[in-house]
Amino acid sequence: MSPRVYMDNGAGRPVDPRVLDAMKPYFIEHPGNPASFHSMGFKALEALKEARAGVAGLVNADPGEIVFTSGATEANNLALLGAARRSKRKGGKVVRSAVEHISVINICKELTREGFTVAECPVDETGVIILDELERLLDEDTALVTVMAANGEIGTIQPIKEAAEIAHSRGAIFHTDATAANGQIPLDVKELGVDLMTLSGNDLGGPKGVGALYIRKGARVKPHMIGGGQEGGLRSGSENIPGIVGMGEASRLAAREMETEAERLTRLRDTLIGGLLEAIPESHLNGHPENRLPNNANIRFSYIEGEALVLSLDDLGIQVGTGSACAAKTLEPSHTLLACGLKHEEAHGSLVFTLGRNNNHDQVEYVVKELPGVVERLRAMSPLTPEELR
Amino acid sequence: MYSEKVLDHFKHPRNVGEIEDADAEGTVGNPVCGDMMTMYIKVKDDRIEDVKFKTFGCGAAIATSSMTTELAKGKTLDEALEISRKDVAEALDGLPPVKMHCSNLAADALHEAIKSYKEKKPKNE
Repeated sequence: MSPRVYMDNGAGRPVDPRVLDAMKPYFIEHPGNPASFHSMGFKALEALKEARAGVAGLVNADPGEIVFTSGATEANNLALLGAARRSKRKGGKVVRSAVEHISVINICKELTREGFTVAECPVDETGVIILDELERLLDEDTALVTVMAANGEIGTIQPIKEAAEIAHSRGAIFHTDATAANGQIPLDVKELGVDLMTLSGNDLGGPKGVGALYIRKGARVKPHMIGGGQEGGLRSGSENIPGIVGMGEASRLAAREMETEAERLTRLRDTLIGGLLEAIPESHLNGHPENRLPNNANIRFSYIEGEALVLSLDDLGIQVGTGSACAAKTLEPSHTLLACGLKHEEAHGSLVFTLGRNNNHDQVEYVVKELPGVVERLRAMSPLTPEELR
Repeated sequence: MYSEKVLDHFKHPRNVGEIEDADAEGTVGNPVCGDMMTMYIKVKDDRIEDVKFKTFGCGAAIATSSMTTELAKGKTLDEALEISRKDVAEALDGLPPVKMHCSNLAADALHEAIKSYKEKKPKNE
């Protein structure tokens, strides 16, 4: 049997066993609702408070500035729809980077139906937003600017502090989607000066189905989930206590262990990138060479297509992602890679490796050993492969 | 998700490669879309004696290429022209709906090769 080498942590991450242990009592033993006035309710309320403090602590927010949601997508909805709908600059401009997550892109599209205009800030070939362009795009009518903290697909880390300063100089609200960055690199909402920050539970090693939005004290968003007024009226619905407890515990663990884990992952990442680029001719790194998430490697291989690579690797027990259109619902290659200036045919042949606690050096070596043969086999089949590579 | 047959033809493609002295070839698709394939045919007495393919593309593109060569081998040119995309997909126990159009081009490449052959060799020759 082939080994299990799961390197698609950006798509779905295993829950840290310590997180699962922290969650377990809240499924059966402590079923209470934080709104109830009895011991079980108080127990749930206490757990909610502790989790909020854990999530806040990791990004240096005040606990009162954290609103729990059902995940990063909902947090993006609350941030962008909510801030735009509360904005005095209704019908004004919304500026987003060209490499945002599809949820942010589609929420911005929705805002155009509500009368806003959306402008896209371009990135350079490494995926970093061009700050001069951002400055140029902003006007006195710009309601909202959104730039992700780091890109989950190509790993590039964005100059968030500078982007937030530019947004604020024009009186716009600044949101950052930190789904991929949180827990990988230090984030300090005060230092960065952001108004809104999207956080994901699963990306921290917490469970799926929970996320949070940081809302700076004084920043205003209009809720879209109406009900019993939980989460300060910003996100109604009985709290997902086990999930929230899990996200709180995962945040605490990240705060404690991120530094050493990031060092370990950076070594693995660099061994993987170096090994593959050396072993496979005409392979190229996508994203920024240094300024990238410790857990991300994105490499493209000329003349072949990513879905075929993913399928072949799966057969060897290796699971990774791809930016190819053939693996996407839209049949369009990754907008992130295209925004970096890659041609369609180049974007099709990209693989995304997202590492995590579950990965080790032996696994990286296994990938470096097996991938060249897979690439060679597919290249031998491809009519695009030049003679010298056959 | 792919059927067992698609995965089998993807992992173990039949008749992959070029025919050096092919009588004709046909190419469809383009790398921008993510799928491109070339079919090579060798014809004897109006029958497809040998057929091979080269494909750039996803699992479905490679599997449909492989299946098309299996369906075409030994058939007369006119029979082979009858092989449709639908036949190829059915022979593979179906394809995901999204792959039916973009990646299921192999029958077209085969037809292109046959047409090219027929143009080269007029009947009265």
